[in-house]
Amino acid sequence: MEKFEVFTGTAVPLRRSNVDTDQIIPAVYLKRITKTGYDDALFAAWRGEPDFILNQEPYKAGQVLIAGPDFGTGSSREHAVWALRDYGFKAVFSSKFADIFRGNSGKQGLLSGVITDADTEKLWQAIEAQPGIGATVDLVAKTVSVGSLTVNFEIDDYTRWRLLEGLDDIGLTLQNEQAIADFEAKRPSFKPQTLPAKGV
Amino acid sequence: MSNKPLTLAEKVWRDHLVVKGEDGSPDLLYIDLHLVHEVTSPQAFDGLRQAGRPVRRLDLTIATEDHNTPTLDIDKPIADVTSRTQIEALRKNAAEFGVRIHSLGDANQGIVHVVGPQLGLTQPGMTVVCGDSHTSTHGAFGSLAMGIGTSEVEHVLATQTLPLKPFKTMAINVEGTLRPGVTAKDIILAVIAKIGTGGGQGYVLEYRGSAIRALSMEGRMTICNMSIEAGARAGMVAPDETTYKFVQGRPHAPEGADWDAAVAYWKTLPTDEGAVFDAEVNIDANTLDPFVTWGTNPGQGVSLLDSVPDPASFTDPNERQAAESALKYMDLKAGTPMRDIKVNTVFVGSCTNGRIEDLRAAANIIQGRTKAKDVTMLVVPGSAKVRLQAEAEGLDQIFKDFGAEWRFAGCSMCLGMNPDQLAPGERAASTSNRNFEGRQGKGSRTHLVSPVVAAATAVRGTLSSPADLEPLEPLTTGIATLGNN
Ligand code: SF4
Repeated sequence: MEKFEVFTGTAVPLRRSNVDTDQIIPAVYLKRITKTGYDDALFAAWRGEPDFILNQEPYKAGQVLIAGPDFGTGSSREHAVWALRDYGFKAVFSSKFADIFRGNSGKQGLLSGVITDADTEKLWQAIEAQPGIGATVDLVAKTVSVGSLTVNFEIDDYTRWRLLEGLDDIGLTLQNEQAIADFEAKRPSFKPQTLPAKGV
Repeated sequence: MSNKPLTLAEKVWRDHLVVKGEDGSPDLLYIDLHLVHEVTSPQAFDGLRQAGRPVRRLDLTIATEDHNTPTLDIDKPIADVTSRTQIEALRKNAAEFGVRIHSLGDANQGIVHVVGPQLGLTQPGMTVVCGDSHTSTHGAFGSLAMGIGTSEVEHVLATQTLPLKPFKTMAINVEGTLRPGVTAKDIILAVIAKIGTGGGQGYVLEYRGSAIRALSMEGRMTICNMSIEAGARAGMVAPDETTYKFVQGRPHAPEGADWDAAVAYWKTLPTDEGAVFDAEVNIDANTLDPFVTWGTNPGQGVSLLDSVPDPASFTDPNERQAAESALKYMDLKAGTPMRDIKVNTVFVGSCTNGRIEDLRAAANIIQGRTKAKDVTMLVVPGSAKVRLQAEAEGLDQIFKDFGAEWRFAGCSMCLGMNPDQLAPGERAASTSNRNFEGRQGKGSRTHLVSPVVAAATAVRGTLSSPADLEPLEPLTTGIATLGNN
């Protein structure tokens, strides 16, 4: 996972509330066997509507999503985070996230920051005044800026640390590499191994 | 190390601790064996690929194809696209990462929980994981064996460890002697009916007592397999001579000095005198009958000699409601004797009861008898090796003569991911582990039973125990002398 410190990318105002995971990625896409390549599945039901925001030219390259309240509710599918990430989003802001979505996003390197409803509206207006403008997300300072507007966002310390360090669950465990290697060195020789294959 | 008496589960935990978690964070445990199959692994491998990580311990990892494999025409391409895609993905991933795989057509292909013990890879005192809830099966050897999710599969592939929070321990004491025709399956169905499908939540169960000690390894695996149906994270049986004998001589069993060292270690594992369990449950084996489910969860079971219960007899309003909807789904009337219930299909197989001993037990009952006309019987060995062994013993011929279908190995009708499914409204007596709505096909109705009850049911066409069958002339083959666990 890449380290996340300061990032600037095209801002997208998603003026919708209660965007659940089924809207983020419909169930039919869950049959796939990959963990990547879900960019086409993101908001699939809405992508057919010409006036949907991601169908509009300046927003197509979106990387920072500013959404209405209650984002990521519904089923716990990790695919919702994969789809946002694969599309190119690096950060999502909302005044309220579903807990499971937030947990999943932190593990996959997608920053989900909580902003106030008032700041959401201000960001929307600032972006809509200059479609295609970039938003700068500063995880060190915990701020998001569009033009001259800067607002604060909240994120828990643990997730922030993981994002700053670029650590996924596996990366975290591998910080114990020495302890794992020591344990392996002491494992008794009678423990079975699958290789070389026997009995075939 | 303190001298506090420990349970079996606590000892295995202690012996795999890599990092002790602090302030409520989980412990990091080392994983001795990781079993992989096609359904829960593709995204895990993809995650590794994306992060540029290798499989840390190829020598502690093994894959097989089971959930989606057809049980007929296994030499032809798999027709169902989703099934074929998953299987092809597993083959590709195994080749790319270097994971040992047993594919369809290979003698060691089969249900992942049958293959591990068969190869001697499952041994006492290990930690075993697999992206499948019935990994609890391997606890029969005195291993701590748990089902995990796809992101955990990736974690284990990359690190050979898993962050885990300690669980509570529950002793299930089963004392006494089983009556003829009563088997391991009946013990576990009775346990689940007693503690409920949520009764084991947060616990590792340890099955103890004289009735458990008297069981074969196959019987112990049947019991541990269904621990998950009681909501438990895992089930275990302490290793003993029966365990050692089962392991010894298998392809991956320790040899020579390693064998002696292994047995010496295994002998230290059983729960210490004076160790305290967080909960205890007692079951009297002497009075158990063959057990069978009437509802749509494995806890909704009764003695085969009983009747379909009246929902009104449940005091708990949730249970009453669950019983009402189960009877509706199952199309059963309260008060109907269980033995009057007619079935369309009998399924013998699955990781619960698809091992050689289960097939012997079923063959033993049907030999020399005739199948009920309108009943279809499907016999699906748990692994290709089990199939070969059964054929070497002539069991396949007994099944075929009886009119049963003799199939290739896999999960098959246990969950109907392959073409082996019940039609809507059809009713099965099944030796598998889940009787959920639609589990064996959309609208399917499942009664969970032991292999001998399944066999007797195929003879009579209604749920039956071997005791319901007319006596036969004494059998002349060796089959009759084989144990029925
Ligand atoms: S036989 Fe059934 S329960 Fe066992 S692994 Fe296969 S699908 Fe799961």
